[in-house]
Amino acid sequence: MIPTSWFLVLSGLLFVLGVVAFLVKKDLLIMFLAVEVMLNAANLAFVAFARRNGVLEGQVAVFFIITVAAAEAAVGLAIILLVFRRKKTVKADDISGLRG
Amino acid sequence: MTELFWLIPLIPGASALLLLVFGSRLPRAVVSLQACLAVLASFLLSLFSFLGLSGAPAAEAPKVKVLFEWLVAGRVSAALSFQFDALAAVMTLVVTSVGFLIHVYSVGYMKDDRSYARFFGFLNLFTFSMLLLVLASNMILLFVGWEGVGLCSYLLIGFWFEKPSAAAAGKKAFIVNRVGDAAFLLGIMFLILKVGGTEFRDIEQAALSGGLAAGTATLIGLLLFAGACGKSAQLPLYIWLPDAMEGPTPVSALIHAATMVTAGVYMVARLNPLYSLSPATLQTIAIVGAATAVFAATMALVQNDIKRVLAYSTISQLGFMFIGCGVGAYAAGIFHLFTHAFFKSLLFLAAGSVMHALSGELDMRKMGGLRKHLPLTYATFLVGAIAISGVPFFSGFFSKDAILTRAFAGGQIVVWALGLLAAVMTAFYMFRLLIRTFHGRERLDPGAKAHLHESPPVMTVPLVVLAFLSFGAGYLALPAVFGRNLDRFSRFLESVVPAGAESHLGMGTEWLLILASTAVALLGISLALLFYGRRPMIPEALVRKFPRLYSLVAHKYYVDEAYGALIVNPLLRGSEAVYRHFDLKIIDGAVNGAGRLASLAGRGLNTLQTGRTRDYALAILAGLLIVLGVLVL
Repeated sequence: MIPTSWFLVLSGLLFVLGVVAFLVKKDLLIMFLAVEVMLNAANLAFVAFARRNGVLEGQVAVFFIITVAAAEAAVGLAIILLVFRRKKTVKADDISGLRG
Repeated sequence: MTELFWLIPLIPGASALLLLVFGSRLPRAVVSLQACLAVLASFLLSLFSFLGLSGAPAAEAPKVKVLFEWLVAGRVSAALSFQFDALAAVMTLVVTSVGFLIHVYSVGYMKDDRSYARFFGFLNLFTFSMLLLVLASNMILLFVGWEGVGLCSYLLIGFWFEKPSAAAAGKKAFIVNRVGDAAFLLGIMFLILKVGGTEFRDIEQAALSGGLAAGTATLIGLLLFAGACGKSAQLPLYIWLPDAMEGPTPVSALIHAATMVTAGVYMVARLNPLYSLSPATLQTIAIVGAATAVFAATMALVQNDIKRVLAYSTISQLGFMFIGCGVGAYAAGIFHLFTHAFFKSLLFLAAGSVMHALSGELDMRKMGGLRKHLPLTYATFLVGAIAISGVPFFSGFFSKDAILTRAFAGGQIVVWALGLLAAVMTAFYMFRLLIRTFHGRERLDPGAKAHLHESPPVMTVPLVVLAFLSFGAGYLALPAVFGRNLDRFSRFLESVVPAGAESHLGMGTEWLLILASTAVALLGISLALLFYGRRPMIPEALVRKFPRLYSLVAHKYYVDEAYGALIVNPLLRGSEAVYRHFDLKIIDGAVNGAGRLASLAGRGLNTLQTGRTRDYALAILAGLLIVLGVLVL
């Protein structure tokens, strides 16, 4: 059986990948993808622990996260669409109207 | 009917409320009628209650009417409750009778004033407060009345507040009284602490049962007396009363001669069981009274303002009343209060009538020879002057003699001698005033002379009534030499104010004392006649001979200046320094600094909000790493 630590290492790598992508990229869509990567890194960690401990709670949590991620994707993409309509851009640095 | 005595103060109180709220919209006739009738109703009620009282056996407990408990704190409670006994009867009769006559007089005197309703509203309010003071059955309610009359005094001294001197005089009266009242309040607190209540019954019981140590009684007595010094214008707090003459003359007559200023005497007489516990306090009162009587009389000798002469005379006579209380002759002190109320309000009202005739002139150097023009005013003023001078068979003689006799009998020879000295001066300055105003050459301003006229009947009738009272009031208490049990006044008061030790003087000594009093009065009068009638060069020669002394007295011993230099100016300068250095720099600095700090902090933190999503994400990550680090390590 594959040791749990491998899953966790993969999960950590995925999360760091997501974070770095989120910080480095300027395009809102790519940043959005990075968020999804981070969520799935967390999902992977959940199921890995659930498998090791032989309980179902971790898998339940994953279902919740997937649902929330779907909802979030719908709302987030809608927002990005509206922002693009109004500003003609999806670059995060150009959208700074809320600065004090 | 006699059970309704608690209505005595409430009627003028209700009337005052109506007048102050709606008065300016009412016609003048309604205002005058309502104000006078309210006091008249109070007077009639007092009279009925008095008659009910004098029929009852003397040993009966005083009637107390508790309206409601209005202050309850722990074991101390103060009720809104009135007590009607012999002393309260005398005081309410004086306040309402003199008050009524002065209300009537004011109808004529204030006829042309713009704030007619306000004046009568205040006058009614004063009557209410004064009656509250004398009918209260505990010290706390008495204090309410005490402050109420002080407030009315302030309002009425400053009645013509457009005049800066009147506004300043009102303030001075109020502030000087506060000094005494601070001590008074402390006295009440000590009473609550030591007696456990302020009902007069409880105080009397504690004093008689020995529940109060002599030292405590001295402390409380002196503190309360300090309050009385303020209200009754005794040394060293008398300075407000002469300035109080800025108010309308009826006010001077009612508040600053007949009633309010006697509140201190009333308070001492009311608390006589307490004061009798402490000979040291009584001695202090007698000495302060005697010193004030002489000191104020010397200042009255050289004043040229007729109302100020009367003001100093009032201070001096109040000194006499305190001599009476101080030598244990409380009834004699109250008796002098009683007669003084009549003749001094008479003198003030007559002076007001002179002012009225001369279009407001107050300087007696610009008067003279008014006898022919104001015959009725002259006649009544003469009665008042004779009464206050202590000429036999007039009321002032009997009351002053009663006090001096008791002082002599009590072994207080110095006090007695000072009293006689003050009596000579009283007779002298009163007749100086009389002669300079009504006799001799006319020194009037031509403008004033043009409409010189005797006052209308609404003003002269009260004068005549008061003249009769000034003459006759003395017969209520005849000295012992005229026969036993003629001192009906003291016997009436006996249930409240014990007569004290029976006079142990022989008939001969009593006669001698009476002769001394008489001689002193006549000496003062003849000196005045000589100085201002036959030989007018004598006073001028005296002034030339003792210029220093004259200017010292004429400047009122520079007491106002001394207070100014020693107390008022240092206070002002100290406050100014505190304002400049503490208020402006530290307090304002702290407040402004707090604001500046907040805006600086805001400006600094503002730079964190870049509007770039990446920066925020980085901050979240940093926070996450820190939390993780703390959890793991």
